[in-house]
Amino acid sequence: MKRNMLKQLSSLFVNKLAIMVLLISCSAISGCSSIKPWVQPYERQNLADPIMSASRHGIAASHAAHVYEAREAARGAEGTGGGGCGCN
Amino acid sequence: MAVTKHLFNFIQLLLTTLTLLLSSTVKAAVLEDDKVEVMYHSYEGGGMKIDGPAVLIRKKASESFAVSAFYYADTISSASVDVMSTASPYEEERDELNLGFEYLNNKTQMTLSLRQSEEDDYLAQSVSFNVSHDTFGDLTTVQLGISYGDDEVKRNGDDNFIAQTQSYRVRTGISQILTSNLIASFELEAIASNGFLNNPYRAVRFIDEESESGVGYQPEVYPETRNSLAGKLSLRYFLPWRAAVVLSYRGFKDSWDIQASDYEILFRQPIFTDWEFELKTRHYQQTQAEFYQDLYPYRNAQNYLARDKELSEFTDTTIGASLTYIVPKAYQPFDWPAEMSVQWDRIDFDYHNFRDTQQQAPIGEEPLYQFSADVIRVFASIYF
Repeated sequence: MKRNMLKQLSSLFVNKLAIMVLLISCSAISGCSSIKPWVQPYERQNLADPIMSASRHGIAASHAAHVYEAREAARGAEGTGGGGCGCN
Repeated sequence: MAVTKHLFNFIQLLLTTLTLLLSSTVKAAVLEDDKVEVMYHSYEGGGMKIDGPAVLIRKKASESFAVSAFYYADTISSASVDVMSTASPYEEERDELNLGFEYLNNKTQMTLSLRQSEEDDYLAQSVSFNVSHDTFGDLTTVQLGISYGDDEVKRNGDDNFIAQTQSYRVRTGISQILTSNLIASFELEAIASNGFLNNPYRAVRFIDEESESGVGYQPEVYPETRNSLAGKLSLRYFLPWRAAVVLSYRGFKDSWDIQASDYEILFRQPIFTDWEFELKTRHYQQTQAEFYQDLYPYRNAQNYLARDKELSEFTDTTIGASLTYIVPKAYQPFDWPAEMSVQWDRIDFDYHNFRDTQQQAPIGEEPLYQFSADVIRVFASIYF
């Protein structure tokens, strides 16, 4: 059973993820050699403003994601743990 | 063997990437400030009320190491449409504990999380490992993560029933500063689940001409594996008058033939000196699982049977508002920055092929189910 699951995981996603990781790595590492950072540190005051934070409301954001995950079939890409939802 | 080879190659690729990242010449980053967050949360709708407290404490042990503890409790009172069709209302509690360990090495941050969630009839345990790295003049953050979860499912009133579920998660993401006002991020997560994946209490209904009511019930039967992939793109933009707008889109697909997507627009505006106002809207839609049916034509009509409304075709729409008070420096306890927030979300669910059997109507012609839920969060954060 576990082997079947791993096989499906492998065939469906691993190759896609590997390509994704490779692309990200290339853009993050080798890309640096030919392209220079175009936004200098002193130009980032707006981005550093707390209102721009992706996790502005810490555990409240996690709760919001949990509410959706318990009631929708979609899962993942939300940064939450999942499991044991107490939602039925 | 091919499976092992694929996984081995993938893990090797992750390790190679990490080695490259860690070997970069970089300037030191810093861990986030120590903080305490306290929250009361409440969900009410569709015959359910769930509420309880949550507490997060995060403390740096040194400039490169931090620990965190998160406690979350739910008190659940349920008389939902699923429960009322085949069972009685119930009450239960859920406790969740999450321990986190963060380690910072130059611009690479590693996080190990251990999580346990416990109910009378459900025990979920998981371990997660995440790595993020700032690079390219801090314009880019790359993230990689894996998780393993092992759940134990029981059924109250049946001491002989016990089942297991395992899940594996692999995720990667990138966050990129595009301009002095715009950040884009993309996240991809694959999840593979194996074991007992349905709810042990739920039943499907079928046409039963031998029954007086004309309807019979039998337990749900789900496949024992489910694999899914989700990708999310987000854009955060700083508006010229000091406000922020966040746009996000997520796509999802799984091996049960469910396809889903959601998009969200959030607007955040500081007002007066110490207040912050937030408005958001989110729309979600999904197709049904291939084996889902609201009413089967006869008993054992298929190998797999489901009448879980979360596996039906439906949409939901959220409208939310939030108000945050940032405590002025003169009133901060021990000069610790603090803020308090109230958030309210209204979610409207609209099911396209799940019928409300609590309504009087001929079998299979009941009105489609729909309900609204209110979600409230009241919380405070103190940074020290």
